[in-house]
Amino acid sequence: MIRLLKNAQLVDPEAQTITAGSVLIENGTITAILPVDATPANGAEVVDCRGKHLAPGIVDIGVKICEPGERHKESYKSAGLAAAAGGVTTMVTRPDTTPTIDNPETLEFVTRRAQADSPVRVLPIAALTKGRDGREMTEIGFLMDAGAVAFSDCDRVVQSTKVFSRALTYAKSCGALVIAHPQEPGLSAGAAATSGKFAALRGLPAVSPMAERMGLDRDIALLEMTGARYHADQITTARALPALERAKANGLDITAGTSIHHLTLNELDVADYRTFFKVKPPLRSEDDRLAVVDAVRTGLIDIISSMHTPQDEESKRLPFEEAAAGAVALETLLPAALRLYHAQLLDLPTLFRALSLNPAKRLGLDSGRLSVGAPADLVLFDPDVPFVLDRMKLRSKSQNTPYDTQKMQGRVLATYVGGTAVFAEGL
Amino acid sequence: MTAQPASTQPHSSGTGFRQKHLLGIEPLHPTEITAILDLADEYVTLNRQTKKHGDALAGLTQINMFFENSTRTQASFELAGKRLGADVMNMAMQASSIKKGETLIDTAMTLNAMHPDLLVVRHPHSGAVDLLGQKVNCAVLNAGDGRHEHPTQALLDALTIRRAKGRLHRLNIAICGDVAHSRVARSNLILLGKMENRIRLVGPPTLVPSQFAEFGAEIYDDMHEGLRDVDVVMMLRLQKERMDGGFIPSEREYYHRYGLDADKLALAKPDAIVMHPGPMNRGVEIDGTIADDINRSVIQEQVEMGVAVRMAVMDLLARNLRTANEAG
Repeated sequence: MIRLLKNAQLVDPEAQTITAGSVLIENGTITAILPVDATPANGAEVVDCRGKHLAPGIVDIGVKICEPGERHKESYKSAGLAAAAGGVTTMVTRPDTTPTIDNPETLEFVTRRAQADSPVRVLPIAALTKGRDGREMTEIGFLMDAGAVAFSDCDRVVQSTKVFSRALTYAKSCGALVIAHPQEPGLSAGAAATSGKFAALRGLPAVSPMAERMGLDRDIALLEMTGARYHADQITTARALPALERAKANGLDITAGTSIHHLTLNELDVADYRTFFKVKPPLRSEDDRLAVVDAVRTGLIDIISSMHTPQDEESKRLPFEEAAAGAVALETLLPAALRLYHAQLLDLPTLFRALSLNPAKRLGLDSGRLSVGAPADLVLFDPDVPFVLDRMKLRSKSQNTPYDTQKMQGRVLATYVGGTAVFAEGL
Repeated sequence: MTAQPASTQPHSSGTGFRQKHLLGIEPLHPTEITAILDLADEYVTLNRQTKKHGDALAGLTQINMFFENSTRTQASFELAGKRLGADVMNMAMQASSIKKGETLIDTAMTLNAMHPDLLVVRHPHSGAVDLLGQKVNCAVLNAGDGRHEHPTQALLDALTIRRAKGRLHRLNIAICGDVAHSRVARSNLILLGKMENRIRLVGPPTLVPSQFAEFGAEIYDDMHEGLRDVDVVMMLRLQKERMDGGFIPSEREYYHRYGLDADKLALAKPDAIVMHPGPMNRGVEIDGTIADDINRSVIQEQVEMGVAVRMAVMDLLARNLRTANEAG
């Protein structure tokens, strides 16, 4: 099967360039980057991209799919369709399901479900400790054999430093990547907002942004001890950035991500207790948001994730403190990220470095790039098309997006996984 | 001040009030606050007569939904409704459907189907009353939500101050104690700020976080300094669960440093008044003799003003409700 995607603006996050050109795909792999007006040999299927942007598909680390346990909130099928419509070609899924994905049998179950139902690639993260309880480590070796690409207790911090240091030591011997949620658990217990004037005015229990730095500082000290491979799932505050910078300068094997919501929203968006804006960690101040955007620009923060977290209406239609945290974002990740492009804070190659290239590199995948030999996981998009988001039209089973009724700019036209179109409504 | 409000006629004092609900002080304009207080003054006069009945709420149904224990506020709302002729029903929500797993919204929709006109709600979580206000058709009154707002308390405090001091602007007012966890403090801070007073927040930094400075208040962790030359000393209740080492070292150290006694009060202006939203912890945040000193303490007046203010608010909300219904 030979396919030529011609006449596109090629967004190359490795070279940090945008150039006009065409991409030749054979058997699911990129085999040539050709001039914009290339003519295909011997009967290849030609897709005219009409000068739109073609970039490596998004590798989204930290997607919650609610199988097993809460399939009414999100299934592999619904999440996969949402991902395809959002230009996400690889979902790296979280183990914070019910029950927890903390043993090879459960992991094999979700892998089978994913293979049967998802149109995009799925790579599972397994829990670092059994039941995410922070007491006993999981079978890291067996879970890696079964396909786990990383280990994480998600939003639960392994409180015992002893347990965490042992898990990091063991994970290092297996070459496993550990993803942690840097947060000082005592300080952040019960918090629904970031401390400051807004939280005081609304009377919400709040956590100092310093809790994130304290959590990160502890984890960095443990990395110096153990030498483990570590990724901080969400860095969302300015105060945590110097610690991250020092850790990288000291040669620790550390990367950091942030969520699209923390890049595009701030604490004031909660307004009159709008629970769709309740995420974990809570939304931060505008100063923090801008500092984190700039850290993505410089590359200090490596990865942008959706932190896709489906919640049903019942979980959100509650007083703010009681409401569940999290937002769906697979389908809105790229349009929301393009807000940063339109605000002239980040250019497109930088965005795709954080959305596609860096997460793929961190997981040791050969996707995430627009070069010969890479899998043809691609997203074709128009960064300029305006639209108003209607949450009821999202493909996820849950529609808890903070961007409902908001003006967005930029749409996915087509998504290819291994050269096959899994979404092509825009062409 | 007129002797008795002719409640079927709109009062000139009430025309400035445009709210559908009373969810907090924050959405109110200063003229709306003045409108409530002016009408409340009239109801104070009514309440002091032998025949206390008005008919402003005649034919209306008032439901008091308290998800948190309350004796004083609930009694005050009940009395206010009854004096104005409403059919008043009290629901102790802790004992009912919440225990059976029903959500707040479901409970509200159930009550909504019974066509109440006024829903008075107290809830332990900030924002819960706002949420209800979005879901029901009737007028919703916030009787305290979490640590967010307690608007009728701030209004009754404002009325008490205005009657004692003759004005509600350019006063130095100290709010003392557990500001962090107090909805009373928040509503008062907002109301007194809107009316252009100078506000001091006095207490240990564990209970008076520095971000309150961003509201334009001055923060004092030394009570002697904080009370110097103030016109009004507003004490807050210290919740029992905050006394045991979490926020303050002990009850006795708190009383020593932040309890209102004669020595500390002597630093305030000679005619300064002492207020407390109740119920008081005598010997914890306030000395018993000061609380009972009729020359300084207006604590009993606050309770009296509470009924009048709640009558005024419900009267005004009912007028807006009728106007809205007539408009279709």
